[in-house]
Amino acid sequence: MRLASTLALPLMALALPAAAQDHSAHGQHAQHEEKPQADHSGHAMPDHSAHAQHEEKPQEDHSGHAMPDHSAHGQHEEKPQEDHTGHAMMADHSMHQVGDVPQGPPPPEAFEGPQHAADAIFGAEAMAEARANNHATHGDMLTGTLMAERLEARFKDGEEGFLWDLQGWYGGDIDNFVLKSEGEGELGGEIEDAEIQALWGHAIGPFFDLQAGARIDLEPDTRSHLVLGIQGLAPYMWHVDGALFLSDRGDLTARIEGEYDQKITQALILQPRVELELSAQDIPERAIGAGLTKIEPGLRLRYEIAREFAPYVGVEYEAKLGETADIARAAGEDPNALVALVGIRAWF
Amino acid sequence: MSLPLPAWARGESLTHAKQGFGEVSGEKIALSVGDHHFGVGGRKGHAIAVNGTVPGPLLRLKEGQKVRIDVTNNLDEDTSIHWHGLLLPFQFDGVPGVSFPGIKPGETFTYEFPIRQNGTYWWHSHSGLQEQAGHYGPIIIESAEPDPRYDRDYVVLLSEFTPRHPHEIARLLKVGEHYFNNQMQTATEGEMSVKDRLMWGGMRMNPRDISDVTGSTYTFLINGHGPMDGLEYLFRPGERVRLRVINGSAMTFFNVRIPGVPMTVIAADGKDVAPVEVDEFQIGTAETYDVIVTPPDGSHALVAEAMDRSGMGVASLTSHKGHRATPPPLREPVTLTMADMGMGSMGGEHGGMDHGAMGHGDMDHSMRDTSKLPADVKVGPGLDMVSPMPMDRMDYPGLGLDNVGHRVLRYTDLKAKRTNPHRMPTRSLEIHLTGNMERYMWSFDGRKFSAVTDDPIRFAYDERVRVKLVNDTMMAHPIHLHGHFFELVNGAGMMNQPLKHTVIVQPGSTATFDLTADEPGDWAFHCHLLYHMHAGMMQTVTVRPFPAPEDAA
Repeated sequence: MRLASTLALPLMALALPAAAQDHSAHGQHAQHEEKPQADHSGHAMPDHSAHAQHEEKPQEDHSGHAMPDHSAHGQHEEKPQEDHTGHAMMADHSMHQVGDVPQGPPPPEAFEGPQHAADAIFGAEAMAEARANNHATHGDMLTGTLMAERLEARFKDGEEGFLWDLQGWYGGDIDNFVLKSEGEGELGGEIEDAEIQALWGHAIGPFFDLQAGARIDLEPDTRSHLVLGIQGLAPYMWHVDGALFLSDRGDLTARIEGEYDQKITQALILQPRVELELSAQDIPERAIGAGLTKIEPGLRLRYEIAREFAPYVGVEYEAKLGETADIARAAGEDPNALVALVGIRAWF
Repeated sequence: MSLPLPAWARGESLTHAKQGFGEVSGEKIALSVGDHHFGVGGRKGHAIAVNGTVPGPLLRLKEGQKVRIDVTNNLDEDTSIHWHGLLLPFQFDGVPGVSFPGIKPGETFTYEFPIRQNGTYWWHSHSGLQEQAGHYGPIIIESAEPDPRYDRDYVVLLSEFTPRHPHEIARLLKVGEHYFNNQMQTATEGEMSVKDRLMWGGMRMNPRDISDVTGSTYTFLINGHGPMDGLEYLFRPGERVRLRVINGSAMTFFNVRIPGVPMTVIAADGKDVAPVEVDEFQIGTAETYDVIVTPPDGSHALVAEAMDRSGMGVASLTSHKGHRATPPPLREPVTLTMADMGMGSMGGEHGGMDHGAMGHGDMDHSMRDTSKLPADVKVGPGLDMVSPMPMDRMDYPGLGLDNVGHRVLRYTDLKAKRTNPHRMPTRSLEIHLTGNMERYMWSFDGRKFSAVTDDPIRFAYDERVRVKLVNDTMMAHPIHLHGHFFELVNGAGMMNQPLKHTVIVQPGSTATFDLTADEPGDWAFHCHLLYHMHAGMMQTVTVRPFPAPEDAA
């Protein structure tokens, strides 16, 4: 944890501007989330009956006992009421009972001052500080993680390569700073591809984050991109990460990844994973043709020695597609390959 | 930004906290809070101990007395003590930022209040996550009148110890990966059909999400003793033994039983109930139950099994000193059902629902139909589910205990022993328990405590309100209101509704209580699962006018 916070500091510094923007964005967000729910009666859902009931009920006059009737306190006014107990049926019992009692705002004296009762006893200043801290420590936790999802050696047709795929984040529930890096190369040789993404993530629903930011390619040549993507958990527990990339040369590409963890036992996990790449145009200097450019389905079997540390073996099929495949073939390369892998998934 | 490291993290040598507690009593009590080491069952780590013990000392008080308690903070951070279940002036309730400013390092705060009740209660820190680290202890308040119902009196304080720092646990819960859950369904484990698995997966819900933090890091304790420590409760055959069971854990619901020995429940949350005999009961975090047992000669295992069955606390109730009882094995892990999704009565026929006709798309939609929420519930990323048909489940014995083949306590069994004043509530209030399992966000009405700031739940002094809690999550939440007892609307007669300070709201269900807001001031209201509260499942309750008319007079 100490290590985590140390690492987090530079990340946090980077995240600050993002955090600043995001407040406004959050505000707007909140706005269109306010449901135009003024009218409940419009959609009286069948199972909503209990709720609908007491809302629609022509609120019988409560003025009788609307007021804190102190005098009544302690007296058993209406004995016959006992029959409430008779209903053993819990389900409709509660509905019935809640239905009996109208919803409504608290009486006016509930809004009387002081705003904070403790201010008069301990001082407004001391309480304000404690109150701010109390709110912040109940919901505003900032935290993060750094994960090497794939750190692997790859073997195909006598070639031995390596690959890394890292991802980390730091932030709160709604907004966070995301760092991603991917790259590959030849074992003992050069790095062929390397990229780093720095993104601002913003929760747009219970399961998905919108991510926007920049990507810098260090290899094969330096190139920067704007990134717009979404990441999250799709139905059936697929972890999905999809993004559009607009390069500094105006090239638009996209990448979609999905993975699923199938537990064989509590510690042995089979992970199907697929990655698909697309390009809106030919990018000759990177040997890419417009259209679907690449698909990589794979299977990894990992064993979690600890939750944070799992070696794995796997296979992956790499297939260049469409024009990109043609370009590869023209260059005398095989556009398809079966890759055996061995690697480590680790995080803290 | 430099983070001040606490003394224990700087590697300063610390004294070892003692397992188990001593007793303090009288009109003047001193407690000191300090950093210690603690070890149990091979697990060792940092602890926050009060008067050098984990749990801290038993406060033995007497109904009608006055007490002055000086709490000295020897930590490097603020601390506090909340007297859980005690009726007292709100400024001594011990919640930093609500009732008082907290106790700064090196300072002593004096609590002073009259004891207006009797029964079994407990105390704990309300600062950060200190409670997890050992900052809690039991309270017994003897009744003003002699109590002839028992011959022996024991505290059974249930809790957990973890060698991990609580903030690290909070981080791991946020990071996800079901870090502490070693009982997930797998290809080789779990009886659920492929169809049902697909349905749960389709909703992005995990039917084995029973407990967020489990025996994988927790050692379950009884009075600070682990299951292998051989804790003994001695009795002579024929004696009536009162066991004051307190769930002082941070995150664990326990199933409590003494195989072969029936238990007569005589009090819930410190308040007497009409005696009811059971073989087992589930106790939510922060609840207390007093039971009377009359065990036959021999050694009997007192078992507090974690609700998710990832471990248990064990002690021996024995008439032979030194004889350890053999605890029963852990039972099979629990799997959630449709009822826990708020699918109402369909939960009864598990899997009986027509998935084909409904279609998974529809199902997904119906599990988060936000049009079913009242307008004041905020819909956002912090809300991953809306119970489609939440039902009152006061008659439900608790996850995993509906099919055990013996008598299990249900809320519907509880009837207040002394009659309550008969008063109909003048208004009702609905509060939704909301959350997002994946993001580990928890809130009331879709708003984390950090987001509500100055918009408390308001009551008028002496107002009687029917509060309905609607659980739009698939976890059971023990909801606690400070400074008051509310009456469970559990089917008992209006005048015999049991008084409680904490109520379990079952997954996808509702629970309703009647509250007479007769304690003026500001009070905390929260889920008593520590990391749920930490994530935002908390609110302030205000009772106005303050001071109350009588007080002012």
